[in-house]
Amino acid sequence: MELKNTKATANVSVFHSLDWFTIILYLLLVTAGAISIYAASYDFDHASMFSFEEFSGKQFMWIGLGLILGLSILLLDYRIYEAYAYPIYGIVILLLLLTIFIAPDVKGSRSWIVLGPVSLQPAEFGKFATALALGKLFSSYNFALNANKTNYYRALMIIFMPIILILLQKETGSALVYFSLIFVLYREGMSGLVLFSVLCAVVYFVVAVKFADPLILGIPMGEFTVLLIISLIFCCMLLFYCRDIIIARNVIFFFAIYGIVVTVLSFCGITLNGIIFFLSMLGVGIIYVAIAMLRHPVQKFLTTIAFACIGILFLFSVNYAFNNVLQPHQQNRIKVTLGIVEDLRGVGYNVNQSKIAIGSGGIIGKGFLNGTQTKLKYVPEQHTDFIYCTIGEEEGFIGAVGVLVLFTIFILRILHIAERQRTAFGRVYAYCVVSYMIFHLGINIGMVLGLCPVIGIPLPFFSYGGSSLWGFTILIFILLRIDASRKERRD
Amino acid sequence: MRKDYNLSKRRYVIGGFLCLLVIIFIIRLFDLQVKQDKYKDSAISNAFLKRVIYPARGLVYDREGRLVVFNQPAYDVMLIPKDVGSDIDSVALCEVLGITREELQQKWADMKDPRRNPGYSAYTPQKLISHLSQEDFGRLQEKLYMFPGFFIQKRTIREYNTSGAANILGNIREVNANDVDRDDYYRSGDYTGDLGIEKSYEVALRGHKGIEILMKDAHGRIKGKYEDGKHDIAPESGRNLTLSIDMQLQEYGESLMKGKIGAIVAIEPATGEILCLVSSPNYDPSLLVGKERGKNYASLVRDPFKPLYDRAIQGAYPPGSTFKPTQGLIFLQEGVVTTSTMYPCSHGYVNGLRVGCHGHASPIALKPALQTSCNAYFCWGFKHFIDKKGTKPSQQFEKWKNYIVEMGYGYKLGVDLPGESRGFIPNSDFYSKSFRGANWSGNSIISVSIGQGEVLATPLQIANLCATIANRGWYYTPHVVKSISDSVIDNKYRTKHTPNIKREYYEQIAEGMRMAVLGGTCRGANLPGIEVCGKTGTAQNPHGKDHSAFIGFAPYNDPKIAVAVYVENAGFGATYGVPIGSLIIEKYLNGEISSARKSVEERMWNSNTIISSGVKKH
Repeated sequence: MELKNTKATANVSVFHSLDWFTIILYLLLVTAGAISIYAASYDFDHASMFSFEEFSGKQFMWIGLGLILGLSILLLDYRIYEAYAYPIYGIVILLLLLTIFIAPDVKGSRSWIVLGPVSLQPAEFGKFATALALGKLFSSYNFALNANKTNYYRALMIIFMPIILILLQKETGSALVYFSLIFVLYREGMSGLVLFSVLCAVVYFVVAVKFADPLILGIPMGEFTVLLIISLIFCCMLLFYCRDIIIARNVIFFFAIYGIVVTVLSFCGITLNGIIFFLSMLGVGIIYVAIAMLRHPVQKFLTTIAFACIGILFLFSVNYAFNNVLQPHQQNRIKVTLGIVEDLRGVGYNVNQSKIAIGSGGIIGKGFLNGTQTKLKYVPEQHTDFIYCTIGEEEGFIGAVGVLVLFTIFILRILHIAERQRTAFGRVYAYCVVSYMIFHLGINIGMVLGLCPVIGIPLPFFSYGGSSLWGFTILIFILLRIDASRKERRD
Repeated sequence: MRKDYNLSKRRYVIGGFLCLLVIIFIIRLFDLQVKQDKYKDSAISNAFLKRVIYPARGLVYDREGRLVVFNQPAYDVMLIPKDVGSDIDSVALCEVLGITREELQQKWADMKDPRRNPGYSAYTPQKLISHLSQEDFGRLQEKLYMFPGFFIQKRTIREYNTSGAANILGNIREVNANDVDRDDYYRSGDYTGDLGIEKSYEVALRGHKGIEILMKDAHGRIKGKYEDGKHDIAPESGRNLTLSIDMQLQEYGESLMKGKIGAIVAIEPATGEILCLVSSPNYDPSLLVGKERGKNYASLVRDPFKPLYDRAIQGAYPPGSTFKPTQGLIFLQEGVVTTSTMYPCSHGYVNGLRVGCHGHASPIALKPALQTSCNAYFCWGFKHFIDKKGTKPSQQFEKWKNYIVEMGYGYKLGVDLPGESRGFIPNSDFYSKSFRGANWSGNSIISVSIGQGEVLATPLQIANLCATIANRGWYYTPHVVKSISDSVIDNKYRTKHTPNIKREYYEQIAEGMRMAVLGGTCRGANLPGIEVCGKTGTAQNPHGKDHSAFIGFAPYNDPKIAVAVYVENAGFGATYGVPIGSLIIEKYLNGEISSARKSVEERMWNSNTIISSGVKKH
């Protein structure tokens, strides 16, 4: 009986073992997205929600076609994705390359291929292809990221190929998305120190640039704070990372005494320059650790010293680069983003209008279709990159947080799915999806809320556009297909 | 295997990172949406255009219910600078507005000039061009979509059914920085009353502005009413005024004053309502409406005959002999004289100094003195009063001054028109100062008794005296507004003022004034069928020929009108004052001039005394 109907049961079991929780979340997000697009593009002489003349009508069409696409993905054998991972990646890379040459120039970027009435953005499809290829690489026999450097290079090559091509299309935002795959590398064994360093670099940069004044000990507050953080991290690393209580204690004791003395002196009117203070303090600390280490050198002490030294160098080079290398308009864009300067007509217009729109929503919002800011086209790109504004304005704090929570559950669910995979292929693929989602969510909403620079990337499932929706739909449904057959797989 | 287990724990780092991110976002959302209000306010100013709907200004009727001042629509081109794109088609704009590029640039520069337009802000509606013609308005309305940030503000401007009475009616002008500071009601570009009742009744006339809340998009284009106008505030029209002025009489008075400098004030004695208030030369109030206002205003200001100067209430003239009744009243009240007291007149008052007089019987009593306008009688009376035994001249003079002030001189009467002058009545300090502490007596200041010297009065004050005599001892503050729709006129115009002089003395004065008409200086005012009382005045002045003045009221026993006429540099009171005053009385009481007196009317219309004024038109 069972033997006879293998094929049929296989198909049935796909739907039986599908992760319906994810599908329901997906449908919720997509529907909420289409409704938001309707709200965002609602005009006073509007047509119906489902009219193909309207953004929302078109979006429903994209959703319909996307669901058919998703269904087809589910019906295909899961092995296809693993087997054809590299060919798919190759085709997409070729397509990305082709795009540079055949795409028309739209506002300076060449990323859209026009096929009759529809335009497609191949960059959106690069995501799942890259994820498949990475999965394939990590699932190759006896592959371990940390085994040798070649493995790193191979992984990085897969990641950087689309980045370079998309950068050549001048779609910086879409290219940056691939940097999120650092999470995948981290999960697969890359040192946490790298992730930590990246995080520190971002924090140092933001703090150093943002707080140019007031001056503390004759140096800007930003620099002061970063130097303080570097000193604290140095102590913490000695304490928790090197786990050498005696050395750590001595260093902390010295730092504390030195700090107190300088503080007291500054109250008495004798002010020590901040840079001299920190450099002398850290210098003494580093030399002490280095001398102590000479007896029994330990890798971790070296790392700790390097971390502090690189941090200081980074800080000074950031200051130098920001003031001397960046063009004034670039400096301005960063300053506006960090809220240092207010430029309501120029770079800051989008962000300010989007903050006004969201802020005016209050706790419960103005009600569906009652938003005035987004509806009256104060927020540019309101149905694409700034779609979250409409939600914030019309559904208020409750709605905005609701959408965030929905996304969080969705991503955590995928994280859960990722960890239950029995193959490296499935797991790496799922982690790629998680990385993309976190990056899109973080950058898009951060941008709308005025927390990070205006980088034009869409909010998954919400922003208007067939390519983006299909790109994420393909990502999710391939994941679901792989997940549905995880139990059939025997390694 | 163990290593793998460790790596799978890294999902918590990634999941934790996500959660941290989301928490930061939620905090930020809380800050933006719940904690701060400023974004809500920004959104309102962003998306809403609060368009002011100007109420129709109150209409003005005359005492007979004839419409005098009404409204006509006018269109101002407004814009919100920040919403005006940098790429507006200025060529098309000039074409639509029918102006040249230079004019447009000038208007633009004027709008932004902080001195001309102190309320300039890129975020609020600013006026670019005012008073668009109906055709220009139609053209612009059609093409408005081409000019984001522009809109048309409908207002009303004044239109007049008369070419006179400008001194009473006043006009409206755009508010200036002071107005905006003084009164919260005004916004830059609003209109306010200037001169006349438009100024004094501004608050009643202007009504209350309404607000229409419109939604506009980021390009400043109007997208319809917010919530179908649920939050709009309807404008409240200004109140209508009914003047006490009889426009026919007013226009008639103006026609009589043509070619003369001076004033006519006619008052209904029983109510204090001013029937006509002529100031000559006058101007057409329509000159100060619309596009040409600025130019016309400047030329009126430059006019050497000062048409903007309302001589009826602002001119301070020596009252001359029209002042004599006040003296008679004081002498009687103070017991200086009785009706039978006689004073000698030997062609004048001769007592160390000489005040000339003309030929009449001597000695003379009060009533004949009024009849013949004897200077000597009033000089003697004044001297006896001031130099009364057992008193000081300064004390007596203070007493005298108080009577005069009670009769409405020396201070503003409080007419409901702006810019009233108080005239001048000296007090004893004034003389102590001007005589530098030296002793002074009645003789030293004798000329005030015949309305010369330091005494100055406005034609309105002179007319008010006449009305008081007509009433035999009381008056209401003269006013030009009879009633305000849905409101009442100020209480001060309904309060009787009674000088501290007995009614019977007023009766004596009235009799004297009646005698002047029957057989004295005012014979020209003796109208068949109307018992007119009058008193001439011929006032010497430093500017040239004597001023011709007249006060009169009629009918004698039931006065309906009290009039004062003052014609500068026109000679004897009987030459111009009497004919004009009597024509006004006749016109008002009979509605027309009898055929016998047409020649007088003709003579007044055709005469010109302006040539004797010494003012030269360049």
